[in-house]
Amino acid sequence: MRRASEPAGVTVAATAARDPRTPVDGLNLTAAGVAGRPGAPGAGDTRRARPAWLERLTSVWFVGPAVLVLLTLVAYPIVYTVWLSLHASDGSTFVGLDNYVRMFTAPETRQAIVNNVVWVAVAPTLVTAIGLVLAVLIERVRLSTVFKAVVFMPMAISFLAAGVTFRMVYDESPDRGVLNAAVVAVHDAFSPPSAYYGARPREGTAPTEVAGAVEIAANTGAPVLLPLVGLPQDRIPAEATAAQTPTATGLSGVVWLDFTPGGGGTTGAVDAAERGLPSVLVQAVRDGTVVAETRTGADGSFSFGELASGAYTVRLAEENFTPPFNGVTWLGPSLVTPSIILAYIWIWAGFAMVLITAGLSAIPRDALEAARVDGATEWQVFRRVTVPLVRPVLVVVIVTLTINVLKIFDLVLVLAPESSQDDANVIALQMYRVSFGGGLDFGLGSALGVLLFLLVLPAMLFNVRRMRKEQR
Amino acid sequence: MRISLRAGAVAVAAVLAAAGCSGGEDPTTTGSGSLAGQSVEVAGTWSGTEQANFQAVLDAFATKTGATVKYTSGGDDLAALINSRLAGGSPPDVALIPQPGVVNEFVRKGAIKELTGAAAEAVAANYSPAWQQLGQVDGKLYGVYFKVANKSVVWYRTDKFTEAGVQAPTTWEEFVKVTKTLADSGVSPMAVPGGDGWTLTDWFENIYLRVGGSENYDKLSRHELPWTDPTVVETLRLLAEYWGDAKSIQGGNKGAVQLKFTQSIADVFGEKPQSAMLFEGDFVAAEINKLGKVKVGEGARFFDWPSVNGSKPAVVTAGDQAVAFKDTEAAKQLIAFLASPDAAKIMAAKGGFMSANKNLDTKVYPDPTMVQLAESVVRADLLRFDLSDLTPQTFGGGTGASMWRLLQDFLANPADPAATAAKLEEAAKKDFGGK
Repeated sequence: MRRASEPAGVTVAATAARDPRTPVDGLNLTAAGVAGRPGAPGAGDTRRARPAWLERLTSVWFVGPAVLVLLTLVAYPIVYTVWLSLHASDGSTFVGLDNYVRMFTAPETRQAIVNNVVWVAVAPTLVTAIGLVLAVLIERVRLSTVFKAVVFMPMAISFLAAGVTFRMVYDESPDRGVLNAAVVAVHDAFSPPSAYYGARPREGTAPTEVAGAVEIAANTGAPVLLPLVGLPQDRIPAEATAAQTPTATGLSGVVWLDFTPGGGGTTGAVDAAERGLPSVLVQAVRDGTVVAETRTGADGSFSFGELASGAYTVRLAEENFTPPFNGVTWLGPSLVTPSIILAYIWIWAGFAMVLITAGLSAIPRDALEAARVDGATEWQVFRRVTVPLVRPVLVVVIVTLTINVLKIFDLVLVLAPESSQDDANVIALQMYRVSFGGGLDFGLGSALGVLLFLLVLPAMLFNVRRMRKEQR
Repeated sequence: MRISLRAGAVAVAAVLAAAGCSGGEDPTTTGSGSLAGQSVEVAGTWSGTEQANFQAVLDAFATKTGATVKYTSGGDDLAALINSRLAGGSPPDVALIPQPGVVNEFVRKGAIKELTGAAAEAVAANYSPAWQQLGQVDGKLYGVYFKVANKSVVWYRTDKFTEAGVQAPTTWEEFVKVTKTLADSGVSPMAVPGGDGWTLTDWFENIYLRVGGSENYDKLSRHELPWTDPTVVETLRLLAEYWGDAKSIQGGNKGAVQLKFTQSIADVFGEKPQSAMLFEGDFVAAEINKLGKVKVGEGARFFDWPSVNGSKPAVVTAGDQAVAFKDTEAAKQLIAFLASPDAAKIMAAKGGFMSANKNLDTKVYPDPTMVQLAESVVRADLLRFDLSDLTPQTFGGGTGASMWRLLQDFLANPADPAATAAKLEEAAKKDFGGK
């Protein structure tokens, strides 16, 4: 049961954050101050200059509330998180850098960090590249607005809803998951499953399974019995009749479903209600080479006409039992992260496209035309003119996405099944799991939060610097 | 772990109820009798239909004694509600609490009163020793289980069993054999919803209760017994024996860990049946009815969890325990009434309710399946509460909890019971905190 009591520290921070008095009072005062001095800022020259201290006091009036809000909502939580990260799970005892050491040594947390690295390396670049291609191509088609709207549509869906949708897309069963349905359809078109997949020799009888085939040692003269089980009644071909043990001489025998519907029947013996399996490829093997091949009849019997008498291995070839292709386990341990990244791309490609389209429309047309007049191919125009000119926009998109990807949480939480959540784990999710998802370890959670903060920081600084440069 | 489906439904119902009767007075009933003029308050998690059904029980009590009875629903936050009421000095007289861990905590704080007099007599008269024991803390009687759940049943499709010509098994060996025969008949025998870790803890608990016995079960739940104990390893070995045969479980081992519980019900009892059996508690019946493809009792039946090495009938259970927070006569009388067959009869007849009362005539249940489920709970010699609900939350109680995670890994690859036992012990050391 998730009935976690809120940790004292978080409660305090949350209460401070929710408490509306501080900022509102400040704002009210400011408003009153402005109202009390009608036209004060703009009409300065018609009045006599105010003393410097009053000037300073006014600025404090104006800046104060904002600073207060920043301090309570931003600075205090950061400082408190750092403080928590240096303490034990309940914040009671100081443990130094223990949480940080644990963060990098515990396998679950390390996996989360590794996954985040993969995310940052792959997702923003791919999204931007796809967005760029879409932007350039869509500009050239008619009804480009419609296409743009369609590509942008996923942005209107919450991550949660997108996650639920993709959960269904990725469903392992081809009956439910559309992706696996497609994969299976394509696969089956080239190599369909055999009629008797799943059938196997009955336990406690002579035939054995050897590398997908069924084999039995046999001699000419005595009928070879090959009892199989594991085949549902509804997959027995319609032409199958009651199994018959052949009486012919030479190497002969019967392949049948050794399972009497409703139970009963003797193991390894042909019973009245048991049917033969027609069209099974049977091979006679001697000294490792196939010397004869035949197929069973409607009653499951087979016979190799003229074969030298002696000992053989009778083999039911592997191709009789080719299992159906069940699709790919998209959300299994190995593919879960790429699958989630794919869903992420689906959501964000539209965002990248819209921003890049805006950048493209700002490119001077004459630059492109000049290049074309000079005889550049479309690829060269794209590569040497368009891309360099929209570079600033591409950088903005990549940086924004990088920040976004570092914080990725909801998509992973919703999409990864419980059993492979460890393999799909990311820092933000692990932070939630250790602190609120049952772990109640606020020390480790805060340490992860600090790590996330440090990782986002360079991207933020980069953005701030770029904005300053643009303003200049 | 309690079933999340139900918790969700209750939460929704609670919201609806809250929206429906906002501002309205809780229904009260007055009558004349030995307790005329006295009032008693009951708190529980139930809302919606369950609340309405329970109200009928309370109304009967009011008519009988003349007391005024008021019901307060705490929803899933009942413990928090009681805590705040205790802090304010006015706890409800009686509460029905689903978590034994919470009851223990309140007993230790001295908030819950020992049951004496009429209440104790009613419990002694109407409950088997096993159920009486579940209501005790340190040998003293504090609670009586009013509503219970049976988590030791395996549901199966009768048509698949008939096709394969097998009967419901009673021992582990028969169970394994039935599974093999089902596989031979060409159907996937068992759906194991490993996508939801809590279902796997129920697998473990049912086998462990039979392999380890009640004493070890209790010790293990408090981590007084290491998880590397031979009984745990043997339990895991039996699990591996069953899970290790990829033909036995739907989708093989890799497929099983992807299967969600709700999906597994549909895979067994829905439109396109894929498996013949599904193991989970009595609440599966309601879900089968909701799917509406087969009828419970006809197309879908259950058998009790098979005995291991001749173990006696044992049931892993969950339930709501009635406890008294006040030592008043009215509270005692109400608990005595809840422990009586009269009270159980009223609620049982309305459906969706199972009683552990041994003197309740099982004829009152609306359908024969409920009768059978209830009887196996009442006659069980060995009765234990869901073990994972007794352990710390990080170990047994949520997504990513150690026991859930390790059993999922074990289902994906049931090769090495001893190694999994060692991992469980390592996690327990951390999660139980220093014990």
